Amino acid sequence: MILKSEHYAALAGSANVGVNKWRFLLESLEDLDTSLRKLDSRLFVVRGQPAEVFPRLFKEWNVTRLTFEYDSEPYGRERDAAIVKMAQEFGVETRVNNSHTLYSLDRIIELNNNSPPLTFKRFQALVNRLGLPKRPLATVTKQQLDSCRTDISDNHNERYGVPSLEELGFKTHGLSPALWKGGESEALDRLNKHLDRKAWVANFERLRINICSLIASPTGLSPYLRFGCLSCRLFYYDLRELYMKMRRHSSPPLSLFGQLLWREFFYTAATNNPNFDRMEGNPICVQIPWDHNPEALAKWAEGRTGFPWIDAIMTQLRQEGWIHHLARHAVACFLTRGDLWLSWESGMRVFEELLLDADYSVNAGSWMWLSCSAFFQQFFHCYCPVGFGRRTDPSGDYIRRYIPKLKDYPNRYIYEPWNAPESVQKAANCVVGVDYPKPMINHAEGSRLNIERMKQVYQQLSRYKGLSLLATVPSIQEEAEPPMIDESKAHSSSGLCIVRRGPGRPSCREQRHAPSPRSSAPVPPPQKRARETNSSTR
Amino acid sequence: MKRGLKGDGWDGGDGSSTSGGPPAESCKRARPLEDDELEEDVAYSWGCLPQEILLHIFQHLPLLDRAYASQVCRSWNQAFHMPELWRFFDFELNQPASSYLKATHPDLIKQIIKRHSKHLQYVSFKVDSSTESAEAACDILSQLVNCSLKTLGLISTARPSFMELPKSHFISALTVVFVNSKSLSSLKIDDTPVDDPSLKVLVANNSDTLKLLKMSSCPHVSPAGILCVADQCHGLRELALNYHLLSDELLLALSSEKHVHLEHLRIDVVSENPGQTHFHAIDKSSWDALVRHSPKFNLVMYFFLYDDEFGPFFRHEIPVTHLYFGRSVSKDVLGRVGMTCPRLVELVVCANGLRPLDEELIRIAERCKQLSAVGLGECEVSCSAFVEFVKMCGGRLSQLSIMEEVLIPDHRYGPDEIHWEVSKHLGRVWFPDMMPTW
Repeated sequence: MILKSEHYAALAGSANVGVNKWRFLLESLEDLDTSLRKLDSRLFVVRGQPAEVFPRLFKEWNVTRLTFEYDSEPYGRERDAAIVKMAQEFGVETRVNNSHTLYSLDRIIELNNNSPPLTFKRFQALVNRLGLPKRPLATVTKQQLDSCRTDISDNHNERYGVPSLEELGFKTHGLSPALWKGGESEALDRLNKHLDRKAWVANFERLRINICSLIASPTGLSPYLRFGCLSCRLFYYDLRELYMKMRRHSSPPLSLFGQLLWREFFYTAATNNPNFDRMEGNPICVQIPWDHNPEALAKWAEGRTGFPWIDAIMTQLRQEGWIHHLARHAVACFLTRGDLWLSWESGMRVFEELLLDADYSVNAGSWMWLSCSAFFQQFFHCYCPVGFGRRTDPSGDYIRRYIPKLKDYPNRYIYEPWNAPESVQKAANCVVGVDYPKPMINHAEGSRLNIERMKQVYQQLSRYKGLSLLATVPSIQEEAEPPMIDESKAHSSSGLCIVRRGPGRPSCREQRHAPSPRSSAPVPPPQKRARETNSSTR
Repeated sequence: MKRGLKGDGWDGGDGSSTSGGPPAESCKRARPLEDDELEEDVAYSWGCLPQEILLHIFQHLPLLDRAYASQVCRSWNQAFHMPELWRFFDFELNQPASSYLKATHPDLIKQIIKRHSKHLQYVSFKVDSSTESAEAACDILSQLVNCSLKTLGLISTARPSFMELPKSHFISALTVVFVNSKSLSSLKIDDTPVDDPSLKVLVANNSDTLKLLKMSSCPHVSPAGILCVADQCHGLRELALNYHLLSDELLLALSSEKHVHLEHLRIDVVSENPGQTHFHAIDKSSWDALVRHSPKFNLVMYFFLYDDEFGPFFRHEIPVTHLYFGRSVSKDVLGRVGMTCPRLVELVVCANGLRPLDEELIRIAERCKQLSAVGLGECEVSCSAFVEFVKMCGGRLSQLSIMEEVLIPDHRYGPDEIHWEVSKHLGRVWFPDMMPTW
């Protein structure tokens, strides 16, 4: 496990930004170390840059083989290619295996005329053709590790131990306990509870959202999938087996694996697109003239918009690191096409810091989706920051939980406290404009303007005509054809166009993401992996 | 291409006049012919391409590429400045502090005003949310004295910054164009502080040619102001305005014999403050007159009202064809829509309350026989009712959009079956809209 020194610099003095994410990661590493100890081994966490660390370790440890999990994200592929090359120079054999996704993403892309599917339905159709993903392997055993024993030094903890939050520059005094505990043990425990709950409910359909869904679920699994604490294939097969047991061996529909397939969908869309997480230069992203307003962005990020529904969600996100997907839709819509008309990239970066399950592909992809910047989304419906909240949780308890200042407001006004008469505000001990911010925008006016803006942008695209507010979405058959180029007129000086080309060119970028525990541990693969091919899974 | 032209790269070069004249250098062969070579085998200089060919090629190049090409030689430079290449221009005015987009280079703007303002015919200004951008737009407008514009569009790409300018400043800039152009055919001035007197100036100079006028959310215009436009501009085919400007007189003026057929009328019904805006009623007879006069016209209405403000609407038949509800709208109002909108072609509903819209949708299917596009946002509908709705509309629904999560499964259909049923009745493969869950 290589922890880069630039992370320290970035984190020091940054007011505990991203503390939940780092804490989760460190807990995951501790858990891994604990599990390895039971097998008479240990986790080695090495500090430094790969370019400096690997050559040193190759020599020091007499490394003959380096294995790591295939990272499909564009930056990861570039980094790993450099590491493989370096290893070759030292005569070290590398083995890269694909386990972070259900399928080989390149295979999916190949099946779709060498282009990633851009509608979820098309993606599902392709996945159907691929059949079942590879089965998950059993966990490592003591016997397997016996063949590659390393001496553990007495000062192992100082040299190679898992760092603490303090060491990374976080202040832990007064830090509230983590609601989402990192690590594989926790992940497997949750998986069992998740399956138990499904079995008990005997219902595999998606439940309607209510106050309970908004609160962190003890069976939620998304952060564990992101950090690699839980194998997506294990989750897949356990779900499948449970379904078949309960439904007398009938094959489960694809919708059962919704969460896993969405993740896979975004990974597939991102893997060949180094500009996936930005608007400029991104062939699948509609170029929208977002506003640039750091003050407004800060209010949104810090939960000071004056809309309790939005503020409660952003508060939960900051405190706990997880929010329900409908809550994500609400705040993403509010930031971008619904109200503030700010760029989805800024929202994505805030989520990157605060949201435990936000990895590169899923985070960027979801933000593009929710801001109607890609994937053929209809832009006509906009979540009202008052109405949507009220419909989701009429009791208002979610607001009261995360914005205690508003707890004495009656249900009638808790979603729109600025409309409450002065007497009600005083009685609730929370006057708008004094104790709680005024609404930062007039939603009706904002959404009216924004729908016009979206329409202006979309009118430049060929698949959107005239008066209609509904954009046409390509059918599954249409998507099977090769992508088309759609450029704006040559005489225009503006650059507003959507051009759909093949995979983009790789480019150099500095690392922005936390290294995950799944990479770079020099442990030889167990015997059981004889079936995996020797070369990387490209 | 990340390189940019330096300031004087936008300079015209030798400042020679543009159109028509003979090429500055005579056509020369690259080298003399060898003894046994044929003339057609020898390459001619690229500089000898006739101006018409260059024009044709340049018309396919984006502006930046054209500008680079213009630096190559005198003949290409002349072609760059041919009037035909300067008929259309989109001025993009953005400040780095408020926008991610690049702006049109100020030197280019100077060049255009100096050398090409008389060639400009189809112009738009795209401004971001900063006041400086709006000011820059006005500045350019005031200099377009030699212009005879056919199209002018003032477009705010983010918040309407034109509204933040002092009104007189904006009006005087706009009036320059109105007075000088005299053949304006299309004018888009939504979200600007345009007022009645400036509309009079517009009408005084352009009444014969004006075909399209978009002025939604222009708070300084009164019903009398727009009526003046309708009375004088008999060629007006497209009009967009807010409901408070609509009047029976306006509709009758648009239906007068002298008036051409109206093609589009777009009306935004916007509530300023909840419960405080009073919306006047329009007589059915006025609508009827307009339909008689222009049977094929499209009436596009955007509603941004609170639930309890719909009182005066949908009480009698209204010829609306494209209807959009930008906020939550009640079952009751949607029920009335079914009864009063026989010409309805497209219905888009952003949100509804917590009760399913089953009966209302069925009624709309029954009564709105032209309906071909439906978009439902946060509106709950039971699967059976939805299938019934689609069955009644059949293949005429060319666009059907509903979010998967709002379709309520019932005893007859679950979420996995519904898409088959609907596809069957539509005659094509259909799926509801999905949102990522992760």
